[in-house]
Amino acid sequence: MKKSENSMKIYLPSLSVNEGVARSAVAVFVAQLNPTIEEISDIKCAVSEAVTNAIVHGYKYSQGVIYIGVKYYSDRTVVIEIKDKGCGIENVAEAMTPLFTTDTSGERSGMGFAVMSTFMDKLDVYSKKGEGVRILMVKKLG
Amino acid sequence: MEKLRFNYENEVLTLKIIGDIDHHSAVSVREQSDSLIFEKRPTIVLFDLSAVEFMDSSGLGLILGRFTLSEEIGAEFKIIKPARSVLRILELAGIERLIKIEGDNNEEK
Ligand SMILES: Nc1ncnc2c1ncn2[C@@H]1O[C@H](COP(=O)(O)OP(=O)(O)OP(=O)(O)O)[C@@H](O)[C@H]1O
Ligand SMILES: [Mg+2]
Repeated sequence: MKKSENSMKIYLPSLSVNEGVARSAVAVFVAQLNPTIEEISDIKCAVSEAVTNAIVHGYKYSQGVIYIGVKYYSDRTVVIEIKDKGCGIENVAEAMTPLFTTDTSGERSGMGFAVMSTFMDKLDVYSKKGEGVRILMVKKLG
Repeated sequence: MEKLRFNYENEVLTLKIIGDIDHHSAVSVREQSDSLIFEKRPTIVLFDLSAVEFMDSSGLGLILGRFTLSEEIGAEFKIIKPARSVLRILELAGIERLIKIEGDNNEEK
């Protein structure tokens, strides 16, 4: 694997106020590459989805740590990794189906993974029940 | 921080959301919207997104929830003036098949 040009690591407690902190921090970092408004907005949205899922589903509002790693390469590929050590997902394929949600409040649409996969060029989700979730997303900037 | 401004005139309740809509901000917008809808009993609810630059899927849940509540009290629910970035996520979810979206707000910021 070739060496990244620049990288950033952030650890944030799973507070909902950090959803905005996380996506803004990633946006500022990626802004080094002069992305378009649309590219930045896609990345912010995908980060917001992954971090919100960690808070809402992974840690179920209990205290935990969210790990965010961002790297970019000289060919303008941006790689974003978001991890939690929460409850994990038993069936990842089912969870990624648009409109699928385990939420019972009626306030979630089950579109988070659909947003991540539409707005990014590549999305991989690794998880085992009880072992947290690791999201890997790639976006190639123009 | 102020998240919502409202206007009520001729049975039309306009809910103007201010700033980012995510899971964090959705809570207070939801509470304020629902109490206004219950209190005013409008015939039309306009969800004004002209001052929203960022929205994620938590916003979809927020909108669908207020749409359902409006239907329950017999009010028509419409989304007005979404920015392009917001419109993209509304379209991704196929919201326009369910809810009328009027006016755009597409001057780039
Ligand atoms: N980090 C996570 N830890 C545990 N479960 C998760 C995690 N992320 C997602 N899930 C599971 O996958 C489901 C689908 O996630 P997705 O983001 O697509 O929808 P949602 O969060 O339920 O709704 P929305 O994102 O539209 O508000 C969730 O309902 C949850 O069961
Ligand atoms: Mg989600």
